[in-house]
Amino acid sequence: MSLTLEQVRRVAHLARIEISDVEASSTLGQLNEIFTLIEKMQAVDTQGIEPMAHAQEMVQRLRDDRPETTDPGQRREAFQALAPETGDGLYLVPKVIE
Amino acid sequence: MKEWEIVIGIETHVQLATRAKIFSASPTAFGAGPNLQANAIDIALPGVLPVLNKTAVEFAIRFGLATGSDIAPCSIFARKNYFYPDLPKGYQISQYESPVVVGGELAIQVGKETRIVRLTRAHLEEDAGKSLHEAAGHSPRGKSGIDLNRAGTPLLEIVSEPDMRSSAEAVAYARALHALVRWIGICDGNMQEGSFRCDANVSVRPLGQRDFGTRREIKNLNSFRFLQQAIDYEVCWQIATLEDGGEIEQATVLFDADSGETRAMRSKEDAHDYRYFPDPDLLPLVIDRAWVDRIRAELPELPAAKRQRLVSDYGLSDYDAVVLTSSQEMAAYFESAVAVAGKSNAKICANWLMGELSARLNREGREIDATPLSASQLGGLVARIADGTISTPVARQVFDALCEDSGVSADEIISRRGLRQISDSDALEEIIDAVLTANRTMVDEFRAGKEKAFNALVGQAMKASKGRANPHQVNELLRRKLS
Repeated sequence: MSLTLEQVRRVAHLARIEISDVEASSTLGQLNEIFTLIEKMQAVDTQGIEPMAHAQEMVQRLRDDRPETTDPGQRREAFQALAPETGDGLYLVPKVIE
Repeated sequence: MKEWEIVIGIETHVQLATRAKIFSASPTAFGAGPNLQANAIDIALPGVLPVLNKTAVEFAIRFGLATGSDIAPCSIFARKNYFYPDLPKGYQISQYESPVVVGGELAIQVGKETRIVRLTRAHLEEDAGKSLHEAAGHSPRGKSGIDLNRAGTPLLEIVSEPDMRSSAEAVAYARALHALVRWIGICDGNMQEGSFRCDANVSVRPLGQRDFGTRREIKNLNSFRFLQQAIDYEVCWQIATLEDGGEIEQATVLFDADSGETRAMRSKEDAHDYRYFPDPDLLPLVIDRAWVDRIRAELPELPAAKRQRLVSDYGLSDYDAVVLTSSQEMAAYFESAVAVAGKSNAKICANWLMGELSARLNREGREIDATPLSASQLGGLVARIADGTISTPVARQVFDALCEDSGVSADEIISRRGLRQISDSDALEEIIDAVLTANRTMVDEFRAGKEKAFNALVGQAMKASKGRANPHQVNELLRRKLS
């Protein structure tokens, strides 16, 4: 199986990644190589083997339901110093209307 | 004209009443200033890792046990990818192929009938943040403001099968689900604050057709009234469109409460290509039998079981049982009142609780947990009504007095104010004789065949006794004296 250029552009669009035509075709080549690798792996007989959802054979650790007591004002100030634009405690972004 | 069948399935987002968020230790309390409850994980700074909140899992298990569902011994968290400013990670952590709760069912009450709605699944996920647009007066022109306090709040998304056939059934389902999640203590049920929101999938098909029609999904209905209005409007619109020879296109629609109409959201291409995949930041959630058994043992008696018991133990009607199990507080109040009044007076307790007390709570905009009258006060009052110590009109007086003073009992008020019912024949006869002398015209009217005059005389006698006369005895004595 191999990808088409159109599929590469679609995936890039879904991920909001801007790519030029040159980048699209070089990416296509790289992705197809990955597919070749996947095809090789798919040739392995996995009949009767439970698929894993994670590469590590471990289970999720759980956290107690205890809220933290950090100074929220100070933390917000520190975080918002990194943001391009804020106002009244809000992060400001170009207008989005559904 | 063709007959149409309505088909409705409902997805509900239930906000779980944990103290901290589902994958971070930020508090979940409602109403904090913008972004004060958003830590590095919630705002998705690079390098952070989510760690699952144990109580959120426990609440999901509780729900599964309360609806007879299967609790998955192993379930997986997945990334649902989409871009929106109030979703800083670029994906929502949810569950996709293997949810934590599978199957189950919920009994709903439609009029006098009980029906079963099957559940498909329930899965854990995080909520997104909130976008505030300039209309809200929060952000400057041309900008949207983002508040991430809600980001990461734990949700249980409960999905029903398309088993409902009318808006009334849909509302009955939502009400039953709302009552249940509050009953088992996993959600505060506050719909104004968005703790319980419904999406309704609605389609219509010619009666008798096997395949479902094309459905449209009405998003984010946060009141039972809106749920009903939105479905009614949507159904009319779909039938009208089909009868005009049109077709229904699958779409997501919003309900406008002001106009009462539903309208399609601008459908973006790719909007539904979420590219789910297992979240590599989270390991499989493994739930062992012992944990499930422990939670099962701690579950309160469920509404359906309690309803049955109220009917069989106390001889209440199905209707009474449904009302009294609308919340755990209501049911507990009823049972405490009965414990004081005596089991044989359960029906009188139910009547006072569902009548006088509920009316008063409604008038004052209060819930049963903020009642001015304790269950033992009401039980004490009912006991005195049942044993004939006080008449019903006097009981209302005592009821009002009890509402004013939580420290006093019905017995104290009755003796302090001398409200004991007069059942002593001599005393009653004296009162009645006086009434007959004072109301000669009524007596004449009655003798001339006017039955109404008799009731007027009873009323006069009751009034003369300040409501304390035993109405039954007054009736008898009057009849005897007038015959």
